[in-house]
Amino acid sequence: MSVGFVMIVHTALDRAAAVARHWAEAGCPVVIHVDSRVPEAEVMAMQQALAGLADVRFCARHPCEWGTWSIVRATLAAVELALAEFPAIGHVYLASGACLPLRPAADLTAYLAARPETDFIESVTTDEVPWTVGGLSRERFSLSFPFAWKRQRRLFDQLVTLQRRLGIRRCPPAGLEPHLGSQWWCLTRRTLSAILTDPDRRRIERYFRRVWIPDESYFQTLVRRHGRRVESRSLTLSRFNRQGRPFVFYDDHLQLLRRSDCFVARKIWPGADWLYDTFLDPGLPARGAAEPDPARLDRLLTAADDRRVRGRPGLVMQSRLPSPDWAHATTCAPFSVLQGFDALFEDFAPWFERHVGARVHGHLFAPDRAEFAGGGASFSGGISDAAALRDYDPGGFLRNLIWAGRGERQCFMFGPADRQEISWPLAIDRNAHIAVATGAWAVPLFRSGQDFAVLRKRAAELQRVEAAFLDILRAPQVRARVRIWSMADAVRTPMEVLLGLVEDIAPEARSRLPLAAAPRLVPLSGFGAFLQRLKNEGMLPHLVGDFPADESRLRPPPLRRPYLVM
Amino acid sequence: MGAISTYRLRLERELWKLRARRARRQLRPVADRTAQIRPGALLAFVCLRNEAVRLPYFLTYYRRLGIDHFLIVDNGSEDGAQALLRDQPDVSLWTTGASYRQAHFGIDWLNGLLSRYGHGHWALTVDVDEFLVYPHCDTRPLRALTDWLDSAGTRSFGAMLIDTYPKGPIGAARYRAGQDPFEIACWFDSGSYRFRKDPTYRNLWIQGGPRARAWFAEAPEQAPALNKIPLVRWRRPYVYTSSTHRLLPRGLNLVYDETGGEKTCGALLHAKFLDCFAARAAEEAERREHYADGREYRAYRSGLDRGAELWCEGSETYAGWRQLDLLGLISQGNWA
Repeated sequence: MSVGFVMIVHTALDRAAAVARHWAEAGCPVVIHVDSRVPEAEVMAMQQALAGLADVRFCARHPCEWGTWSIVRATLAAVELALAEFPAIGHVYLASGACLPLRPAADLTAYLAARPETDFIESVTTDEVPWTVGGLSRERFSLSFPFAWKRQRRLFDQLVTLQRRLGIRRCPPAGLEPHLGSQWWCLTRRTLSAILTDPDRRRIERYFRRVWIPDESYFQTLVRRHGRRVESRSLTLSRFNRQGRPFVFYDDHLQLLRRSDCFVARKIWPGADWLYDTFLDPGLPARGAAEPDPARLDRLLTAADDRRVRGRPGLVMQSRLPSPDWAHATTCAPFSVLQGFDALFEDFAPWFERHVGARVHGHLFAPDRAEFAGGGASFSGGISDAAALRDYDPGGFLRNLIWAGRGERQCFMFGPADRQEISWPLAIDRNAHIAVATGAWAVPLFRSGQDFAVLRKRAAELQRVEAAFLDILRAPQVRARVRIWSMADAVRTPMEVLLGLVEDIAPEARSRLPLAAAPRLVPLSGFGAFLQRLKNEGMLPHLVGDFPADESRLRPPPLRRPYLVM
Repeated sequence: MGAISTYRLRLERELWKLRARRARRQLRPVADRTAQIRPGALLAFVCLRNEAVRLPYFLTYYRRLGIDHFLIVDNGSEDGAQALLRDQPDVSLWTTGASYRQAHFGIDWLNGLLSRYGHGHWALTVDVDEFLVYPHCDTRPLRALTDWLDSAGTRSFGAMLIDTYPKGPIGAARYRAGQDPFEIACWFDSGSYRFRKDPTYRNLWIQGGPRARAWFAEAPEQAPALNKIPLVRWRRPYVYTSSTHRLLPRGLNLVYDETGGEKTCGALLHAKFLDCFAARAAEEAERREHYADGREYRAYRSGLDRGAELWCEGSETYAGWRQLDLLGLISQGNWA
C-alpha cells in the first residue's frame, strides 16, 4: 500500500508542479485540483510540466472560494478520482499548492505503513478550540453562511447579526457531533470510502453547504463517525497567527524546518528558492522513524504573536504608541527617584552607586541641563543633556533614558528646584520607586550663607513646590512606590533611612553594607536657629518636621516606621 | 471625528490631486520606459537634484532588494545625473526646471507619477540618500514583504528616518561614487526620539536624533520630522500631502498600534551626512527652495561653520536590522 496525494492548487502553479513531480517520481500518485478561476494558459503550462508522469491526474475544476463549501467539493472530487484511479493507495494525503515535503516520500510511506488503520486529522469539539476568527466557533454550525466573508463582508456580517437577533439555530444531522481542526489531513482509504458512500451523504452535504469554513469541519466531523482509529493531529506543519493568517516560511527558516522532522510544511513563500531546492533534492537524507516535533516553531510563533499583540512594555516606537489607558507602566524597568538625600548626606550619589550597583544620575530635571551620571553631555542612545530638548517631552525623555539604560537600575536625584512637569508621569508609573526626605531643601539654603531676605523668599518657593509634589504623591491614582520621611526624622535615624534606600534596590546588599563607609550627615550646627529665624520672619518651614531649635537635643524618636503609600 | 472634518479632508485630497495633475505638465519625459512595467511590479519613485555621486550605489541597493522599475524626476541636475540615468534599462526619467518649492518640495510631481503609474503596484517613494531596511531584509527580498503585507490586508508600511553620521567632522572622509555610504556614516542615535500623534491626520510626528541634538537643541520644535511611510500599495485616490510623512486618506497613516502591540515596520537609513553635504547645505541655504525657506539648511550651515560633529558618547555603530529590532527602533511584529 502506498500514499497518494491530493493537491488543491490556486496560485504559484510552477511550485506546485515541482512538488507534484517530486512525489510522483518517488512513486506516490498525485491528483491535482486547480481552481477554475486560474487562467487556462497557466493550467496548460502546469499540465505540460507534468506530462509524461504516469501517476499524475488532473480532476474536474471547480471555482474555490475561501471559507465556503466549494473547497470541500473540490477535495471530494479529487479524492473520488484518486481512489478510483489508484487502487494501491492506502492513505490519501491532502495538500495545497503552497505545501512542501520536508522528508523523503519513503519516510512518509514507511510511517503510514506502520499505522495502516490510523487517520491523521486534527479533530476537536467546538468547546475546546482557542482559534476562533471573528468570534464564531459554535455559531459556525448553528447559523447559515450563504455569503463569502472575503467578498461580501457587509452582507455576511448583517446576516449573522440578523440570525442572532431572530434566534435562528440549525441543528446538525442526527448522529453527528461537530468537530473542528486543521484542513490538512491524511486519511485511510477505508475511512474516505465510508465518507463517500455514507447513505446520508446528501443530507450531510446539504447541511455543510451552509456551515462557515466547512473545509475545517466536514472531514473532521465525519471522521468521528467512520474512522476506526483517529489520531487528532495533522502531519502537515501549518500554523496560524492570532490574526488568523497562515505562518509563511522563507529561506531563513531552513534549519527550523529541517529540525522539525515534520513530513510536510505549509505555507511556503513561492520565492523561497533555497527551501524548494533543498527539500525537493532527491538526495535529501532520510530521517528514519523520527517523530514530527514542531515545538521549536510553536515557540517562535508564540513569541511573534506576543510581540504583535502585547509588544515590549515601556517601549514607545514608530509602530507602538500605546494610548494611556493601555499602558500599565510608561517605562520598561524599575527605577528610583531620590528627593532630598543628596542635600542631607555628603557624597551621597557616589556612595549609593558603589553600594547598590546602579547607575546614579544627578538632577536629571535640573533647570539648566540634565545631570547624567559621569557628567557627560549625552547618555546611551544619544540622549542629550540639553534642557530644551528634555523639556519638549519630559515623559518621553525619562522613558527613553530608562529604555536605553535597561539592564542596569537607573536612579536619579529630584527636588523642588528641578523642573516639575515630570511629577505626574512619575507618580502614575508603576516602575517608579520614589523616596522623599521632605524639607531637605532648607539645608543647602542654610549652608549657602546668602542674604537672608533672598533665602526666605526662596525657602517659601521651594516649600510650595515640594508641597504640591507631595500632594500628587498622595493622590489616589498613584501607582508608584512612595516612601516619605520628614527631614527631621531622617536626621535622627540616618542609618535606618540609608539602609531602607539600599534595601529597596539591592536587598542582599543590606547585610554586607560596611557601616563605617556610610556617608556622613552634613554639619547642621546652627540649622535649628536658622529655622527659628525663618519662623520669626513669618515663614513656617513645616515640611522640615520637628527639628529642635537646639540640635544637640536631636535624639532618636520612639520607633516609627516611614509610611508607605502604594 | 465628524462628517464635516471628513468632508474637509476629502476636499483637501482633491486639491492635492488637482495640483498633481497640473504639476505633471511641468515634467518633460527624457526616457520613458514605463511600457516595460508589468502587473505587480515593484516601483520606486524618486525626485532628485545633483545626486550623480550617490546614484550608482542607490540603484544597486534597490535593484538588489528587488525594485523592478525606477520612476525618477530630475529637478535640473547639472552634474551629469541626467546622462547617467537616461541610459539605465530600468529607469524612466522626467526632467523639469520648475520650482521645487512650488511643487511642494517635489511631492506634486511624485503624486502625479504615482497616480499615473503606481495604481495597483507597491510603490516605494524615497530620496537618493534614503535606504530602506526592514526585518529579515538580509534574507528576504522586498517582494516577500509586500506579499506578506498583501496577505494581511495591509496597505502601507512605516519606516522612520534614522540619520547616520561619521565619527569626527562631516566630510573628513571622501565618498566615492558606488561606495557603500555606511562605510563612512555608520553611527546613529538609538534612543533619543520623540513620538506624538497628529489628531487630525492620525500620522505620528517623530522628531529627535542627531540633528535635533546638535542643531536644534535650543528649538526642538523646529527639528526635522523623521516619520515616513515610504511603501504603499498605491491606488489612484491616494496622495502624499507632506513629503512622505503622511498620506490621505488618513487610514494609510495608521502604521502603529495603540493597544500595546507592535506592527511590523522598518527604517530608512539616512546617509545624508557625507562630504557632499557641506557644499549642499551652503547652496540650499541660499536657494531657499526647501521646507520653511531652507531653515533646516541654514541651521546645518551655521553648525558646520562651527565645526560641529554629530557623533557623541551615546552613539551606536550600525550592525544590521536585528540590532535595530533589539534596540526598539524597528519591529518584526508577527512577521517572524
